[in-house]
Amino acid sequence: MIYEPSTNRLNKLFSEGKKNLLSIYFTAGHPALNTTIDIAEALEKAGADFLEIGFPYSDPLADGPTIQESSLTALNNGMNLNVLFDELANLRKRVSIPVLLMGYANPMVQYGVENFCKKAAEVGVDGVIVPDLPMYEYEKLYSNYFKDNNLSNIFLVTPQTAEQRIRKIDELSNSFIYLLSSASITGKALDLNDTVDTYFKRIEDMQLNNPTIVGFGIAGKAAFDKACQYNSGAIVGSAFVKYLNNTKNYLPGIAEFIGLFK
Amino acid sequence: MNYGVNELGYYGDFGGAYIPEMLYPNIEELRQQYLNITADAAFIAEYNQLLKDYVGRPSPLYFAKRFSEKYGANIFFKREDLNHTGSHKINNAIGQILLAIRLGKKRIIAETGAGQHGVATATVCALKGIECIVYMGEIDMERQAPNVARMKMLGATVVPATSGSKTLKDATNEAMRDWINNPVDTHYIIGSVVGPYPYPDMVARFQSIISQETKKQLLEQTGSELPDYVMACVGGGSNAMGMFYHFLDDEAVKLVAVEAAGKGVDSGHSAATTFLGKEGVLHGSRTILMQTDDGQVVEPYSISAGLDYPGIGPQHAHLYKINRAQYVSITDDEALQAGLLCSQLEGIIPAIETAHALAYLEKMTFKPTDNVVICLSGRGDKDLTTYINYFNF
Repeated sequence: MIYEPSTNRLNKLFSEGKKNLLSIYFTAGHPALNTTIDIAEALEKAGADFLEIGFPYSDPLADGPTIQESSLTALNNGMNLNVLFDELANLRKRVSIPVLLMGYANPMVQYGVENFCKKAAEVGVDGVIVPDLPMYEYEKLYSNYFKDNNLSNIFLVTPQTAEQRIRKIDELSNSFIYLLSSASITGKALDLNDTVDTYFKRIEDMQLNNPTIVGFGIAGKAAFDKACQYNSGAIVGSAFVKYLNNTKNYLPGIAEFIGLFK
Repeated sequence: MNYGVNELGYYGDFGGAYIPEMLYPNIEELRQQYLNITADAAFIAEYNQLLKDYVGRPSPLYFAKRFSEKYGANIFFKREDLNHTGSHKINNAIGQILLAIRLGKKRIIAETGAGQHGVATATVCALKGIECIVYMGEIDMERQAPNVARMKMLGATVVPATSGSKTLKDATNEAMRDWINNPVDTHYIIGSVVGPYPYPDMVARFQSIISQETKKQLLEQTGSELPDYVMACVGGGSNAMGMFYHFLDDEAVKLVAVEAAGKGVDSGHSAATTFLGKEGVLHGSRTILMQTDDGQVVEPYSISAGLDYPGIGPQHAHLYKINRAQYVSITDDEALQAGLLCSQLEGIIPAIETAHALAYLEKMTFKPTDNVVICLSGRGDKDLTTYINYFNF
């Protein structure tokens, strides 16, 4: 299959030009197995615009304690890529918004990157975020598998990423760019100061081809609004994982959780 | 055959820089600068002077007479245990602190397993008056308490790593997370030939002083700079890489790397990476690591904290795959017995890491004319409690 932007749900979403997009991250297998689609469906009904489903890894370098612990719980519950793909076999019967998988390189490499991409496409996944799979490795070793399966690979940009590199990332991207609110691990609240404005403004002024979505540190409405002021939307991760941790009967309350942001 | 790194950071199929974007600027800065800085005459002069006057180099190449009699070959110990701070780790720590200063960094972080690298890093930070934070697995802090005390005395902050197996792997994760959170002012002194490129190459270069000196010393002592065997223990593999470095292209020299089998390679409590592992990605490199079929990193086990690591450096993975070096393993029991034997035959109490390399002599057969060099990577003072508990002294 040749890459067909029109058939990728992410591309469709972004081509509509909507603003204030809200994406939610949660870890598959946390808090329990077989909850992935229930949570995804509830998030869609509550108004999430797209989703990131984490596949757990034992050594998640870019994650803070909340997401690390959710990964550990998921692993202890028996979650792995085979289990996840089995669960996701029914994804598209119940969920229509774009879905991304997010995780680290080693589980994907062990599954086989080509198989991983095929299987992800088969169950209706639209893109993949692998923070420790850098540009060079993606381009040299894996990009064809992504393209052949109509999957977007999402690159990260931090306040320290040089302009030339951002341009190159923009060239290689075909849905959106994941803009890190600050150079940090997940779960550190966004500092709503002038530096953030300067950074977001700098990126906005670059007039990139791909929309930017802000992640890391989006724990409340103020941070979400700040991100949306300059970008197409934002991603909430640790705050939602904490919600799942702290709420026994979490499905009915998801609408209220989403209401905290939009 | 080329055993070194290519311009993209790969050793054959291994290496690279599998890092989150947050670390890219740091790694890129290092990649662009490390060769220039380390080739600079002023850097070399300062490095060499510190190695000589502060570390005490060259470390002796000692002909171990009673070991030689026992094993029927000429056995030499490269005495890295005589370095200041008690192991080879200081060679790399000195190199990297000088590099960090030239990069304008104000804060140093490090990970440590046995504590030897942590002590070496704390030492060079004290020497240069730079803030030092060392991440150490909570379990390792207990079993290497004297080294924790030494680091604190040297002014370092020791932060326990409480995630996962609470050992070296987790200390490395925590150090990398610190670096992600402090990308501008901090340099991460990785202690082994692991991590994203350029670390494996940079650390190997700093440790290559071991084989460079050995060649010269062997020539003086035996008339040839080439031995028949070169041996070292391998956790991440920094002392082994330093010991092998200048012999890599001398194909007649057999390289033997000794991993920790723990309670036995099939016991479920082992750190014998090449035996139990397969190719994958850990801590920024594509290498060989112990993992489940699903790609989750398996928690290793060894009585020696310095070998208790689920991977090996990518250059080792390459040497293993192309059969340039032989990778073998030794159990806890065998290592402790070898440590006792070395103490009693040679009057040298070796680190338990080193004792693994010594123990493999039992499994080899030599010609009487064979010259064998073993890297005596560190001294055993830090391991006394483990020796005491095992032998009931």
